[in-house]
Amino acid sequence: MTDPSVDTVAEAIPAESAPLINHHISPVTLYYKIFGLLMILTVITVAIARVDLGFMNIVMAVTIATLKATVVALFFMHLKYSAKVTWVAAAAGAIWLCVMLALTLADVLSRTWIPTPEAWL
Amino acid sequence: MSDAHSSPYLHHHFDTLEQQRQASSLGMWVFIAQEIMFFGGLFLAYTYYRALYPEAFAVGSSLLSLGWGGFNTVVLICSSLTVALSVHAAQVGNKNGIMRYIVATMFLGVIFLGVKYIEYHAKFDHNLVPGRNFQFEPHDAHAHTAPVEFELPALVASAQAQVPQMAMPAMDGEALHAEEEHGELSFDPRHLQIFFSLYFAMTGMHALHMIIGIGLMFWLLRLAGTNRFAPEYYTPVELFGLYWHFVDIIWIFLFPLLYLI
Repeated sequence: MTDPSVDTVAEAIPAESAPLINHHISPVTLYYKIFGLLMILTVITVAIARVDLGFMNIVMAVTIATLKATVVALFFMHLKYSAKVTWVAAAAGAIWLCVMLALTLADVLSRTWIPTPEAWL
Repeated sequence: MSDAHSSPYLHHHFDTLEQQRQASSLGMWVFIAQEIMFFGGLFLAYTYYRALYPEAFAVGSSLLSLGWGGFNTVVLICSSLTVALSVHAAQVGNKNGIMRYIVATMFLGVIFLGVKYIEYHAKFDHNLVPGRNFQFEPHDAHAHTAPVEFELPALVASAQAQVPQMAMPAMDGEALHAEEEHGELSFDPRHLQIFFSLYFAMTGMHALHMIIGIGLMFWLLRLAGTNRFAPEYYTPVELFGLYWHFVDIIWIFLFPLLYLI
């Protein structure tokens, strides 16, 4: 799948337009490496799910998924090379999601549940 | 950057192309943060009901096709790679590269949706769509995957292991009642409907985002075909890339949460 012509074009950019492109351009090989890493992590997720670890199954599943999402955001979405203010926007989404989940679970998991009355069933 | 001011791609309210690019990128990330909150509501509902009804969710997950789910995960990661390569082609001014990788991404997106159709179709065939026709046959669970343990003591143990705080009251009250009512079933089939409601809502909303993404790619192809992109301006390609990668991230979480309980 490697396409050598893409890199050839990169070298063929006229010198006068070079100052316009002062942001980071990742090499194609990095994308293939990230792709490989995502595939490996997918296989690991499926393999771990087939082993019964009790409570740790969900922890491992979410941890690996978060790791994959972080890799996608940093390299495929170029967050690593983005302005700091972009990091703030990205972090805001993730942090508020965690707040919402954590506060809701703090309520749900710490309640005493009374049986549903017969008449409601 | 003095010559940047003369670029035909620079809007008058920006000082430099780099500033213009960063502003567009920031706007897209704010939109993505909003999307995180939007899907977050669904993930919250999932977390809440899975904490309440772990047995029903485990059975529901076993009724999904791990093969198709895994296949679609691979397809979507491949499509993320092709989008990344398309953005790279845009960065270096390779017009044919942009179009080639966009077409590849559309192809992979259509494959994903086709597999989703096959999966949804099977759920309709097996009466697993929430609503009046919902009907759960316990032997289906055995036929689809490794045997599911329906015996009460084992379930109490596994439920306790997963959610220590809630397992006992739930088994004392509702679940035991359900046990008497439904013979060998150790959970209320209505809780299985909750799982499938969430399954259709989450994967359906994800599929809708992919359909919108495929529509956007037609627009990108038109822009690329009419030479609207250059190494100093390829914002639509880059922002579409962010959108598509985000949709991939949603699936990265949906796959283990729905298929791998």
